[in-house]
Amino acid sequence: MDVKTILQDTFTASSSAHSGLSAFQQESWTNFSNWGLPALKHEEWRYTRIRNLFTDKLIAGQHQLPTKETISSYMLPGLESSNSIIFVNGYFVPELSHIQDDESSLIIKSLDTASKDEDAPFVKQNLGHSARYHTDGINALNGAFAAGGVYMRVKKGKSLTAPVAIYHFSDSSNGLRFSQPRVLVNIEAGAQATVVEHYINLGSGDTLTNEVLEICTSQDAVLYYIKIQDEGNASSHTGTTHIRQLAKSLTHAVTITLSGKVVRNNLNMVMEAEHGESHMYGLYLLEGETLADNHTIVDNAMPHCYSNELYKGIMDGHSTGVFNGKIFVRKDAQKTNAYQSNKNILIGSNSAANTKPQLEIFADDVKCSHGCTIGKLDEDALFYLRARGISIENAQALLLHAFAMDILDQIKDEHVRAFADQLISKRLLFTI
Amino acid sequence: MLKIENLQARIEEKEILKGINLEIKPGEVHAIMGPNGSGKSTLASVLAGREAYEVTGGSVDFLGKDLLELSPEDRAKEGLFLAFQYPVEIPGVSTTNFIKTAVNEKRKYQGLDPLDAAQFLRTMKEKMKLVQIDQSLLSRSLNEGFSGGEKKRNEIFQMAMLEPKLAILDETDSGLDIDALRIVANGVNELRSANNAFLVVTHYQRLLDYIVPDFVHVLYNGRIVRSGTKELALELEEKGYDFIKAEVEKETV
Repeated sequence: MDVKTILQDTFTASSSAHSGLSAFQQESWTNFSNWGLPALKHEEWRYTRIRNLFTDKLIAGQHQLPTKETISSYMLPGLESSNSIIFVNGYFVPELSHIQDDESSLIIKSLDTASKDEDAPFVKQNLGHSARYHTDGINALNGAFAAGGVYMRVKKGKSLTAPVAIYHFSDSSNGLRFSQPRVLVNIEAGAQATVVEHYINLGSGDTLTNEVLEICTSQDAVLYYIKIQDEGNASSHTGTTHIRQLAKSLTHAVTITLSGKVVRNNLNMVMEAEHGESHMYGLYLLEGETLADNHTIVDNAMPHCYSNELYKGIMDGHSTGVFNGKIFVRKDAQKTNAYQSNKNILIGSNSAANTKPQLEIFADDVKCSHGCTIGKLDEDALFYLRARGISIENAQALLLHAFAMDILDQIKDEHVRAFADQLISKRLLFTI
Repeated sequence: MLKIENLQARIEEKEILKGINLEIKPGEVHAIMGPNGSGKSTLASVLAGREAYEVTGGSVDFLGKDLLELSPEDRAKEGLFLAFQYPVEIPGVSTTNFIKTAVNEKRKYQGLDPLDAAQFLRTMKEKMKLVQIDQSLLSRSLNEGFSGGEKKRNEIFQMAMLEPKLAILDETDSGLDIDALRIVANGVNELRSANNAFLVVTHYQRLLDYIVPDFVHVLYNGRIVRSGTKELALELEEKGYDFIKAEVEKETV
């Protein structure tokens, strides 16, 4: 059986005529069928080969669930009793998930349910907005399986007492596991939430996750979003995080990539109202054969918006880091302030960095800047540390940790920050 | 303690040290003086192990070990210390964290247990007094945004923490006003003992008013051309380096 047939069969088996999502799913499937998977000749995918990840060994569809104990053992330290959304093989599992905040503040339910109840108008209006930015088949493929997704709403004026942690479990014990989680988040006016995503491979086989997360923020809402990828080098990932500011609000995203075979992250900030503010931070700390590709888009449609972006990469071994940062300033978006910076350090003699800023500005009264660097560790700093008796390994670790701190410090939640710091320190093999 | 014989070194294709001979015994303070470009800082860098310099001849024995065979970090662990002319600013690494790492790596090398937090803090407080350095400075990123004087005091503070057997001060007086110079010199004098030694590299005699050397050597064009006692420094101050240059050139004709 070839990949197309495997996906077709899974699609047919999982589609339900009773769902409010069936029209969306069918349309997505048709798009996927027309577009196919992106090839290297596709401008947005020139460094990142994903077609070969889709083999005829691919296993899709829901299977046996892990136990509650297994789930618990992967919880982020300090967030064990926090709000949690559990995905297994790309399907939302309500019975393993946990809502800590009161239901007067937070609603979490299946996307399928939301498509049929009072949230249906919101779902209908906002689900699939990211497809306008990604006409490459991979986004559409996720849409075809949206029925397994989750919907989350933070109610008007409410500030969540604890982060919402989304755990993506992929069970690869029977072979290459393909998961397609779908998330739709609605942050109502004046509400505040922290959303953190984490990915876990439960087997020793390969995993491939194709995710789409769409978030809308309303007037004066605040969103902190953190994506931590350390699923191991048998895991590949294509994900889109699409954040729309429907009204003046503050959004803040931190993306940290520590391992993987092929990792592609799209992060879109769509500024649809005046005086919006968005921050985008990223750290990719790579080794081995990992390829991590971060594509970001800031789309300024309205005046007086501010965006700031800083991505940092450290590449060891044969790893490759790719950064592509697009900033659109539409003709009505006067007084836009948009800043972008990408800094890379190459450690491994066979490592590589590709960086490309892309500014498309159609307004005449804006402040935009971008900059990128690719370099080695500062030799003078390294010598200074070594001259004090610090081994070359620890001197490197100290300097790289300091380089990474700029991004780590941006994580506001102390538990999430401590967790990320611990992963990074472990990776840098700090031995004192 | 330190025995340098016929040391020659170059950077890229340029010969800088052309045969240095120098012996330093425990308890001694040696000063190396010389005009700009004579090779003073190169000598300091070569001894500390900076990789940009290539040693092309000669030998350096440090406490019975072949110094030139050791990595920069092992030289430090064996008891060599270089106070940098231009201490490097390292954003994101606090001085406290840095010096703790250095002290404990050295202790590990010596087969000692690492200092616990309380012991480390006690030692740090004691050494801070020596150079009148403030706690708040040490919790900031290493040398970042420090004034010239603060950087040099930080060097001497690190020296006090690491308790080297041989300390090389590379133009520690450059960029210091007289008060800062006094504080730095005072710190060095407090650390002088019969068991350690100092090599003070300086362009000016000024520092030697405060750190009084046992021996003064004049480096010119990659060689030590004069050696004497502290009176030689005063003579240089009075007559300038031109008289040495003239004498050396007369001798070589």
